[in-house]
Amino acid sequence: MPRVGVFVCQCGTNIAKSVDCAKVAEEAAKLPYVAHAATYVYMCSSAGQQMIEDAIREHNLSAIVVSACTPQMHQKTFEGCTERSGLNRYMSTMANIREQCSYVHKDPELATQKALELTAMAAAKAARDEPLFQSEAPINRKALIVGGGVAGIQAALDIAEAGYEVTVVEKTPSIGGRMSQFDKTFPTLDCSACILTPKMVEAYQNPNIRLLTYAEVEQVGGFVGNFEVKIRKHARSVDEEKCTGCGSCWEKCPQKKIPSEYDEQLGPRTAIYVPFPQAVPLVPVIDRENCLKFLKDRCGVCQKVCPANAVDYTQEDEIIEDTFGAIVVATGFDVWDHSDYGEYGAGQIPDVISGIQFERMLNLSGPTHGKVLRPSDGKEAKTVVFVQCAGSRDDQHGYPYCSKVCCMYTAKHAILLREKAPDAQAYIFYIDIRATGKGYEEFIRDAQRKYGAQYIRGRVSRMFRQGDKVRVFGVDTLGGGQVKIDADLVVLATAIEPRHDAKALSQLLGIGCDNNGFFNEAHPKLAPVDTMSAGIYIAGAAQFARDIPDTVAMASATAAKVVGLFSKEKLLSEPSVANCDVNLCSGCRACYVTCPYDAIEMTEHDDRAARMTRMVACVNENLCHGCGACSGACRSGAMTLRAFTDNQIEAQVEALCELVPA
Amino acid sequence: MAQQLTAETATEERAEVAEWRPTLLAYLCNWCSYAGANLAGASRMPYDAAIRVIRVPCSGRVDPLMIYKAFERGVDGVLVGGCHLGDCHYSEGNYACQGRMTLVKALLKAAGIEEGRFRLEWISASEGSIFQAVVNEMAAKLRELGPARMGDG
Repeated sequence: MPRVGVFVCQCGTNIAKSVDCAKVAEEAAKLPYVAHAATYVYMCSSAGQQMIEDAIREHNLSAIVVSACTPQMHQKTFEGCTERSGLNRYMSTMANIREQCSYVHKDPELATQKALELTAMAAAKAARDEPLFQSEAPINRKALIVGGGVAGIQAALDIAEAGYEVTVVEKTPSIGGRMSQFDKTFPTLDCSACILTPKMVEAYQNPNIRLLTYAEVEQVGGFVGNFEVKIRKHARSVDEEKCTGCGSCWEKCPQKKIPSEYDEQLGPRTAIYVPFPQAVPLVPVIDRENCLKFLKDRCGVCQKVCPANAVDYTQEDEIIEDTFGAIVVATGFDVWDHSDYGEYGAGQIPDVISGIQFERMLNLSGPTHGKVLRPSDGKEAKTVVFVQCAGSRDDQHGYPYCSKVCCMYTAKHAILLREKAPDAQAYIFYIDIRATGKGYEEFIRDAQRKYGAQYIRGRVSRMFRQGDKVRVFGVDTLGGGQVKIDADLVVLATAIEPRHDAKALSQLLGIGCDNNGFFNEAHPKLAPVDTMSAGIYIAGAAQFARDIPDTVAMASATAAKVVGLFSKEKLLSEPSVANCDVNLCSGCRACYVTCPYDAIEMTEHDDRAARMTRMVACVNENLCHGCGACSGACRSGAMTLRAFTDNQIEAQVEALCELVPA
Repeated sequence: MAQQLTAETATEERAEVAEWRPTLLAYLCNWCSYAGANLAGASRMPYDAAIRVIRVPCSGRVDPLMIYKAFERGVDGVLVGGCHLGDCHYSEGNYACQGRMTLVKALLKAAGIEEGRFRLEWISASEGSIFQAVVNEMAAKLRELGPARMGDG
């Protein structure tokens, strides 16, 4: 007969303020199978855990219930108690009387009654708990990194340094990501390329790192330790082995006016191109949608001029299938498109540009060779208006959140503007200045005092073309009154938003997205780089807007997680797996077709009673994830999910209904 | 905007104590809806105390019998909560659930259980306020319908 111990946590006053914990313990002691009940101020403390362990031995308990917070917080803690006391560690159940009771019900009577009912339900389940055992699985010690920006590069380098193989999959033709587009970085004004390109080259040369550029993840199966991944490497039309990166092809390409993605549409590129001069690998790709050879079967110049004979028009997409033990998602961000914003010209005014376009303009190898020119007529811009929070902190047009980096990069833009053109004037419209990093506040002050940026606290209401200028109307909430500026150029600090394909990727990987579309971390404070899927980690702006130091730190954190995982000898599988009672199984295959992991096989069973051999379902415990879809589908009650058996669930409902006052 | 815990809500709750209290049973998937309920708790969003949650790994675990038998035993309403379609931690468990719940609705109708007593909702881990709203709506509906009686239909 089971002997259940009930331990009611007060959580300081978090639970005790609305739940009478002593009463819950007193009433719980009268429940079926309950052999002992107690309450304590902090069950999770070492004294609390010791109390549980002592009680298990003293009262010869076979299972425990801890009525406390959510099992997502402390299930493992209390499993430790059962294990240390010599019981199977899974003979431990939690009743959630904090998040789902005391935090939301203030009335003591209601909260106490509910806490008691939840405890009784947990006790009914615990009395039917059976020992569970984990099986072992091997770990494939190779990491996959999705995204080759600074986050992906850093994670790859760290993991490779620890001695493990890494594959980086990058969608564009070169690694480098957003950081490679920046001219300088705040608050030190280091040249972005100068600090990034050595890392790009290091990643390229590291023997443990395989770079797959112009490639995308197409399919992900398997689970932690053994993810089976299908990667599509798009046809580059250039042989990577043969190409020397000499540049003859793109110099001779006649298609010279394709808007460059890398230069944010401000400058042109050719049809056969490298996105930027320091691209890694320095191997061009042919943009088949704009190449005359592919469009009209004419030209072919690149093939003729290539000294290495590397251009191959017949190349096809390559599908690479591989198995990885862990995945790091570092896909970065997109910037908000201001063409929906009518008040800011709806994207129709050429001299209203985004921050990242201005960044390209400032860059010496950018479309204007480092000069700040008006896109409309190419004249030098002297009066530049910067508008912060364009699409950020704006429920109506964009996103509710603060994009975190715009205050800083706008100050950087104002400084660089003055450095490029000492007679230029920057006006910055802002709501608040958020400069919370090391050296950040000082940087803002420099922009104001040394570089004469005019900060105007208030929003811009509208802007429109006025002659060859852009007339900007805003409000100065500190000075009072309306502000009118005739600007040569307007730079919008457009919001950082999730990649447009983030949702699709999240579904591919089985990780969720938050309300704004960024990837969800497992816990906002305690597991910021983990996801709800074991073995998949997130780094950088794919999780939320962040600056370079935070991104790099996060990337190294994911690398530590991956290396930690790879340093284990074996992976222990999910203990709560499905199990089929062959005597009840009718072989209907309902479970077989439902299982998302192909963990169910139909096997022959020698049924002696019926004197026949029939087909029954059999669970492969190494593949089973414990979702229970099979037991939900089973018509004969043969398929059960351990720790969530029909019996245990029914017992909980029964316990609840017995306690409800008629 | 989510309602916050105040002295008034406690008084309101108190007024309910004397009245008949419906029993609303919820099967919530571990990864989305259960976490959403936790978020409602951590954000101190009060909701009707009628709800009792049974945590299941996935909404795909929910067997139609788990709902039918619960009504048979005397609960007044059942809520099944899962991840949004496409977001299932186990890829497709919620699709399996969705299919079965169509059957459940027909089954319950035949057994004389009124429509508002059973709901299937997709509630993500970040939708604490939606969890709060669903529980409050359902509990209000159950108070309006009164105790469930099977087989009267």
